[in-house]
Formats: sequence, C-alpha cells, structure tokens
Amino acid sequence: MRLLVVIAAVVGLVAASPATAREKRYYEVVVTDVYVEMHTGPGGGYPKFHVVERGEKVEVLKRRTDWFKVRTEKGVKGWVDARAMSRTVQPDGRPTKIENPDLRDFIDRRREAGLQVGDFDGADIISAYLSWLFTPNLSFEVWGSRITGDFSNGWMLNGNIVHTAFPDWRIQPYATLGAGVIRIDPKSTLVGSEDRTDQVAHAGLGLRAHISRRFLLRAEYKSYVVFTSRDDNEEVSQWSAGFSFFF
Amino acid sequence: MERRIFVLLLKRGCLLAVLALLAACGRENLAADNSADAQVPVINPEVDRREIDEPKIGSSDFELGAYVGYMSVEDFGTNVVYGARLNYHITEHFFAQANYGQTDTDKTSFEELSGGANLLSDDDRTFRYYNALLGINLLPGESFIGRSWAFNSALYLAGGVGNVDFGGDDYFAVTLGAGYRVLPVDFISINFDVRDHMFDSDILGDSKVTHNIEFLFGVNFFF
Repeated sequence: MRLLVVIAAVVGLVAASPATAREKRYYEVVVTDVYVEMHTGPGGGYPKFHVVERGEKVEVLKRRTDWFKVRTEKGVKGWVDARAMSRTVQPDGRPTKIENPDLRDFIDRRREAGLQVGDFDGADIISAYLSWLFTPNLSFEVWGSRITGDFSNGWMLNGNIVHTAFPDWRIQPYATLGAGVIRIDPKSTLVGSEDRTDQVAHAGLGLRAHISRRFLLRAEYKSYVVFTSRDDNEEVSQWSAGFSFFF
Repeated sequence: MERRIFVLLLKRGCLLAVLALLAACGRENLAADNSADAQVPVINPEVDRREIDEPKIGSSDFELGAYVGYMSVEDFGTNVVYGARLNYHITEHFFAQANYGQTDTDKTSFEELSGGANLLSDDDRTFRYYNALLGINLLPGESFIGRSWAFNSALYLAGGVGNVDFGGDDYFAVTLGAGYRVLPVDFISINFDVRDHMFDSDILGDSKVTHNIEFLFGVNFFF
C-alpha cells in the first residue's frame, strides 16, 4: 500500500512538472509562398484541410520523414512537406534550415550500418554489419552472420578492412579483406556429427550505391577460406545484397 | 647639323623621362591616397551580433512497440503469439521493420492419437522467430469512427527474411504480410497484421515448405 502511495506521488510529480516548467520553445518560420497547404498526416495521400497564408507565422513541432508538423498562431495543427518548408524563412528573414542528408553527407559519412541477405555456398545467410570510416577511403567493419543450410546452421563473426578508391562517387566499387570465426552446428535430425568452430579469412569485392537521404544499396561477393582442423582447408564463396544507412 | 638634331632628341628624351617619372609618382600618390581612404571608413557600423539558440526540430521516425495475436504453426496447432517490433520510417512511402516473436506450440495430431509418442522436447516446442522486413504504405488516408472522429490510417504490405528457431533447429524463413495502421494520436499507432512465415521444414521427416500464419494486434509508440 505504501509503495502504491509512493508510485502515485512520483507519477503525480512527473505529470505535474510540465505545467510548472517553462513552455517549450519551437522553431518558428514565416510563410513566404502565396499559401502553404496543411495535411492531416505526414504524407501526400492524407487530405488537405487548411492553408496558411503568406506572412503567417507557424511553429514547427516535429518532423517525420520529409514532413513537418506545424502549429499556426490560431492553434491549428497539421503536416507540411519539406518542399513547402524550404520556401519559408525564419522570423528574422534568414532562410529556414532543414537538414536533408544528400550525396555530400554520404561522401562525408563516418558510420554506416546495414543488413544483407545472400547465399553462402548453398546455405542462406543473413548478416548485419557496422562500419566506421576513419578516412574517406578506408573503413573498418564488424559483421555478424546467421547461416541456415539444409544440413547445418551456423554463426559467423568477422572483422574486415574495406578500401574504396573513389570515395566521391555515387556508386562506389570497393575491395575488402578480413578474418573471423565460424561456428557450424549440424542439424539435430542428423545423427553423429559434431559442432565445430573454425577460423576464417576472406577477401571480397563489392558495390555501394547511394539512393537517397541516408540510404544506400550494397552488394558484394566474398571468398572465404575456412581453416579446418582436418587435412584440407575449405573454400566457400558468398554472394549477398542488402540495404544500409549511414549516420 | 647632325649634332644639333642629336641634342634636340636628347632634350626631348630627358623631358619625356621627367614627365614619365612625374606621372609614375602621381600614380603612386594616388594609390597611397586610396589606401588611406580604405583604412579610415566613413561609416563605422556597430553590428550587434545576437547569439540565438535556435530550437531544433525533433524528428520521430522510429516506432517501438509490442504485439499479441494468434499464430498457426503448420502441424503444431494454433496458439497465442507475442512479440516486439521496431519500425523505421524511411520515407512517407517506405519503412523498415524488425520483429521478434514467440509462441508455444501444441502436439501434432499424430502425437495426440498415438498416446505416448513425443516428437519434440518441451523446450523445442517453442517457436521463436526474428525477421527484418521492408514495408510499403498503401492507401494513406483517414478512417472515420462515427460523425466526429477521424484518424490517420494506412494499409501496408511488408516482406522480408528472417530466422525461425523451432524443433531444435534454425531455419531461414521468408515472411510476407499485410497490415492496417491507425494513429489515434500522432505518437501512437495501432496495428493489425496478417503475415505468413514460410520455411523449409524437415521436422516431420521429408523436407517441405511450411506456412505459418499469424494474426496480430499491436501498439507502437513513435520516438
């Protein structure tokens, strides 16, 4: 019971605090077009229900994809698209600042992450990776992969260096070199086989293409050598493709 | 005669040289005057630079939430499924989605009829999946409840790949589905989904493509 009272008090405090705190200030813009249309939702398909006329000031409450939720001085709330927003000015006459990641940001990116799906010597592979670009040409990546095959499943963890010769191109070819570990678990329906963990090394070639905003498509081929404890090493080739984003 | 002409030319030459020198000096003086003008501005504007901390425009492109529903696992009955979901809205038309869900399955009809035979251990009976999907929003608009309530809504299709962990093994699964999203307020979305997880299963002997269909109800919060 005492706990309930404490919880109620805390909830009450948290709920009451916004009222006592000073009112949140929003980014303000003035419409310079003849009028700007407001939609009920963040998309061109949502109905237009209001227009803001030239000279009116609106507060920008938040952004979702390329749409901005605004509030007019009369308190009407609606969504305005980025193109209309780019034709507004700040109250002191300076142009409105809208962050729109483009090719320049792609070229200057520092981190990248993505998801890939592909074929690993007949088995299916799903991979996720994280990449740090420490120069425009060189980056370091960490990959985690899940392999599901007809007879065995497995995990693979790799670290690799990627070199891009043309970092300012929209479509960038790259080469990669790396090493890691692979763990193979034969399916439980097979009798008498053992799990095993081996080291791997790989080399590969690929293409990265900036599509729009923070997004890129990426496809690559990697050739792995698995250093098994048996007499022969295994060679495995992998094709994969997927999409990535930078941040 | 020749000497006189020479002297005349010499005199003219000196005159020209003096004139050229004077002109050069004048130009230099002119230049010096100009630079002096530039160094002493007539008007000294006192610009008072204001330091404004501009409020940032917060973006809310992510949705995080949970769902519950029914899932029919082929040959293993229909049971309650629950899971978690993360959405990222890439553009107004496309979104990326990650899901994790699990359900406990029943015995197959063979296990029920035979009496004691158990195909799977209790732990292996839990069907777990995770996947990454790409979705496309169709038919955005408003849905109406009664005369005075209108909510933003959209239909969407989602498809992708993932992993299924069932019967002691992992399978590569392809997931396809359709859903309906309603936003009662801008930061909450209510979702209804139907999706099919397809994978090659060899749990009951021969390998076959199994269809595992789920009906979901979920609530997400934008952030």
